[in-house]
Amino acid sequence: MKWTEKNRENLAGYLFIMPSVLGFAFFILLPLLFSLALVFTEWDYLRGLDGLSFSGLANLREALQDELVYKSLKNNVLFSVVSVPAAMLIGLVFATALNKFVYLKSLLRTLIFLPYMSSLVAISVVWRVLYHSSEGPINAFLRALGLADPPGWLASPDWALPAIIIMTVWTYIGYAMVLYLAGLQGISRDLYEAADIDGATGLQRFRAITVPLLKPTSFLIAITLIIASFQVFASVQVMTDGGPMQSTTVLALYIYRQAFEFRDMSYGATISWVLFLVIFVVTMIQWRTQKKWQNQF
Amino acid sequence: MAKSILMPQRAGVSHTWARTRRERLVKTVMTALFLGIGLLMVLPFLWMASASFKNAADIFVYPVQWIPQSWDLYNYKKVWLEPVCFAVYYWNSIKITFLQVLGTLVTSSLAGFAFAKLNFRFKEPLFLLYLATMIIPQQVLFVPRFIMFDYMGLVNTHIGIILPGMFTVLGTFLMRQFFSTLPGELLEAAKVDGAGYWRMYWQISLPLTKPAVVTLLILAFTWHWNEYENPLILLRDRELFTIPIGLSSYMDENGTNYPLIMAASCSALAPLILIVAICQRWFVEGIASTGLKG
Repeated sequence: MKWTEKNRENLAGYLFIMPSVLGFAFFILLPLLFSLALVFTEWDYLRGLDGLSFSGLANLREALQDELVYKSLKNNVLFSVVSVPAAMLIGLVFATALNKFVYLKSLLRTLIFLPYMSSLVAISVVWRVLYHSSEGPINAFLRALGLADPPGWLASPDWALPAIIIMTVWTYIGYAMVLYLAGLQGISRDLYEAADIDGATGLQRFRAITVPLLKPTSFLIAITLIIASFQVFASVQVMTDGGPMQSTTVLALYIYRQAFEFRDMSYGATISWVLFLVIFVVTMIQWRTQKKWQNQF
Repeated sequence: MAKSILMPQRAGVSHTWARTRRERLVKTVMTALFLGIGLLMVLPFLWMASASFKNAADIFVYPVQWIPQSWDLYNYKKVWLEPVCFAVYYWNSIKITFLQVLGTLVTSSLAGFAFAKLNFRFKEPLFLLYLATMIIPQQVLFVPRFIMFDYMGLVNTHIGIILPGMFTVLGTFLMRQFFSTLPGELLEAAKVDGAGYWRMYWQISLPLTKPAVVTLLILAFTWHWNEYENPLILLRDRELFTIPIGLSSYMDENGTNYPLIMAASCSALAPLILIVAICQRWFVEGIASTGLKG
């Protein structure tokens, strides 16, 4: 074989990508295929490889009939549907204000951004105490406002999920705001000046210029936050561990419980594919809607 | 040009003057409002810090005593000076995160360079395969990885956490995007001068992508420093715990000793908050420029 320039470049290319490809093959591709195979097995894990047997579609059938899978999925959907739009809306309002209408911009940005950067475990530990139903400062404050019977928060099946959602919105706001601030930088001042001359009010400018031109940013925020929110785990595990009465059990927690507490690896893997499927479908729907938006312009 | 045409149509000088005065007033009011909002955003942190110095009897006193009446360092002594404590967790977290970030920078920039600037067979399909796996949630990989590592003896070791963390599809993708922005003539010229591929990467391309490397460094740090689920699954011995799992196990063991738990949370958060506050510009830019959620 001739040692041509093309061969040299080929070889160089392979050498450069090798560390990355090895990691990719071993820590992503191989586990992915292994996980898919697990779905069709029954594995008594503690007995080692002897406990492994083919089970066909039994896991999938079990998952389809598992009420807790549906309940987790419902909680996941509720969690995302409330927390993502709420954080985006507040983030957009904050970003608009910070962009033009305040002094001390970078100080304020840091204050609002801090919860997002913090360790989710640590803030969940703190909020768990803040939410303490009989003595916590949040309920003490509500009682002082005259609310005789404030919510039981994490101790109540009705309020535990909203409580976790509130804390999550608090962390997501900073992320949405920072991305919106970057998006606002890209909008030309001329547009606002032209609108000024036409006598547009602040709200009109916001609706006719800011919101439409921020659509790509909104799409980016929505897609990343939805994918992240469907994988919610740490906050739930620390604050309620899925309780009370499974009212906060989400798919990631259910996977963890099945695989690593009950050592039912096959069923854990099966539910993880349910989670994958859900995220995949949601992302595809979003891509479609995004394309529709683009066609409008 | 557009501006200069529009200028004369604007209102007269005195009008503009009144306008700036009104704008200034609006700005001042908004700043005050947002200082309040900003304070509200960090209130949980302030409560945590103040509670960590209190004793169990005063922690829930209402109205909240933001400045504790007596500064009790007992909780911090316990959190930091016990045999297996936050000093150990910090060391573990620093060690693990450092190696993960370093590995990520090396593997991502090498592969990103090749994907952007070199031609080799199967490049396009391989890159597409990379991109296709970006949508896979971590949870799908946790179970099979645990079993693989269990059979390789990597469960309950730091290596089992560090190795997968040294490589990310996202990082590779980012670096490829950054290297793609470098003009092709640059490497053509280097080639004419007889530079090998390694020199094109190390001496010519990499120095020009310093901002990109800093961005990736910041992102990789935020991905790994707060990582919880992966170490929770793989680590069992307390001596090996990182800060997040050290803290959550601390919470489980100390049930209702809230001041102690707050001291532990504060110990876990304070240095991170300090770093983010000091380098906030980089963190904000890093996240804004890529829009990546860890």
